[in-house]
Amino acid sequence: MEIKKPAMAGTLESSDAQVTVEPGNGKIELSLESSVMNQYGRQIKDTVLETLDRLGVTSARVTMVDKGALDCTIKARVECAVFRSCDASESNIPWGGAIK
Amino acid sequence: MINKVGRDIPDYLLKDGKEVYQGKNYMDGKYIQKASPKTRRYETPQESKVAESIVKALKDCGAKSGMTFSFHHHLRDGDFVVNMVMKAAIEELGLDNLTIAATSLGSAHDPIAEYIEQGKVVGIQTSGIRGKMGEVVSAGKLKTPAIIRSHGGRPRAIEGGEVHIDIAFIAAPTSDCVGNCRGIGGKSNCGSMGYAMTDAKYADHVVVITDCLVDFPNMPASVEAIDVDAVVVVDSIGNPKKIASAAARISQNPRDLMMAEDVARVIASTPYFKEGFSFQTGVGGPSLAANLFLEKYMDERNIKMGWAIGGICGPMVELLKKGKVGKVIDVQDFDLDAVNSINQTPNHFEMSASQYANPANKGAFVNKLDFVVLAALEIDTGFNVNVLTGSDGVLRGAPGGHPDTAAGSKCCIIVTPLIRGRMATVCEHVVTVTTPGDCVDVLVTDYGIAVNPLRKDLIECLDNAGIKHVTIEELKNKAYSLVGRPDDLEWEDKVVAVLEARDGTILDVVKKIKPYKI
Repeated sequence: MEIKKPAMAGTLESSDAQVTVEPGNGKIELSLESSVMNQYGRQIKDTVLETLDRLGVTSARVTMVDKGALDCTIKARVECAVFRSCDASESNIPWGGAIK
Repeated sequence: MINKVGRDIPDYLLKDGKEVYQGKNYMDGKYIQKASPKTRRYETPQESKVAESIVKALKDCGAKSGMTFSFHHHLRDGDFVVNMVMKAAIEELGLDNLTIAATSLGSAHDPIAEYIEQGKVVGIQTSGIRGKMGEVVSAGKLKTPAIIRSHGGRPRAIEGGEVHIDIAFIAAPTSDCVGNCRGIGGKSNCGSMGYAMTDAKYADHVVVITDCLVDFPNMPASVEAIDVDAVVVVDSIGNPKKIASAAARISQNPRDLMMAEDVARVIASTPYFKEGFSFQTGVGGPSLAANLFLEKYMDERNIKMGWAIGGICGPMVELLKKGKVGKVIDVQDFDLDAVNSINQTPNHFEMSASQYANPANKGAFVNKLDFVVLAALEIDTGFNVNVLTGSDGVLRGAPGGHPDTAAGSKCCIIVTPLIRGRMATVCEHVVTVTTPGDCVDVLVTDYGIAVNPLRKDLIECLDNAGIKHVTIEELKNKAYSLVGRPDDLEWEDKVVAVLEARDGTILDVVKKIKPYKI
């Protein structure tokens, strides 16, 4: 998928994560903030990158502010932000998640 | 040297007879030489000890650089006194090299972080450390490692001369002109002044700071004029709204209530649950709610609680007024119901921190406790509890009376949700051991109950009562299956805080955290 415009998903509530995606310069640039950084930072990073990879996103600026979200939440928020950025959230949404 | 809870304590800390933690009741039977303060004689009758300012009182008490000042935390997050005194000492008198020995410190004391960074405050001894102060100490900016003690460990250290207090500052809701203090009757009431009592008896000098001067004699006094050098009247000692909450409300959160009900079931299954039993509970959601369910079992079996201790709040006062508990003995008050009840409601008494929890005296109240219900930030598969450091390794909590009540009681129950956000509360190794596992008996979570294998008798009690329980490893595995296995924290070598067990041995150390890179 191609990131066509900036889009966002998620909130700053505890146990959620807020993800912003913007068009990139041919690579993935990830900026991550997390309330559980020291214990889960690397796992969160891996989850975000894997999710983008499976969605076929190869060029994006991704900003994530994590408030202790579980992996399932992180995947859902990343996926939703990507869909919104390329108008794939208007119809035929793969409810339950494109990324399993 | 590796101690009994598996923590490696650097050898350089083991000097002047300091030992590593060797297990519960290790110091039993040993003798302690009590220290005595050097106090000034006031033979000429004094009309009044009121000094015009904190600076004047500091000068009169011979304040100088390098001294240790003590404070107590009954004004909790509403406290103005620590900041006010340190400002006078550092900014007006130009003192430095100071040590703060407080019963606890909170985010109300954020301004002290600045004095630590400037190197004016070089030592911190406390139970609680949070907010900015927790951050700068964790960042290694305090000259000497902070010393963290439990509420019982502190009076032990003071009485044994490990902490020598040069000047104790007593935040007094009311005082008369010679320094008889009470926690009630003023505009910033805190109720019990139990944590201040040992300080007043063992400090060389004692300065009372009050915002409500009352007629002599202010009786019954929590801190007595015989120990006081000076009284300073200020506009306000604290923000009453933050000193005591309106009323500690019992949680409506169904998860908390479910855990609280399990706690009460566990208690009711043991042989200690009988007429005259004794009890302490924390004020966290599920711990406080346990009161409610316990009352149901008490009514069912027609038994009454003999006495309750601790930090006290409304629901316990309510039980006292209903005649369901015989006596309440109180070291600190958390809400206005408790503040307004101490020494007013019959059988609601005040006690000192030493009387509450000191392991080196001849019998603290905690030693007679049947049950204590406590919370935890983390608990590991060895039943060791952490209530001091966050999952990022930064100081942001307090052992308080946790290790004392856990060690003294016959049945110590930890109640906590299995996970908080993405943090696994039940884990493989806690960040810092604040209460050793040999003092913890039962763990109640929203995903199940686990009993410490050391307590075969309690396992039998639960089995007989048909209460399902699992191993703590199963709970840990469940937690990790939900949140993932956390990475180990990475530390530098520098020790930023030493955690003393209640008996004075070293239980754990907190090191400077390494910056994290992803």
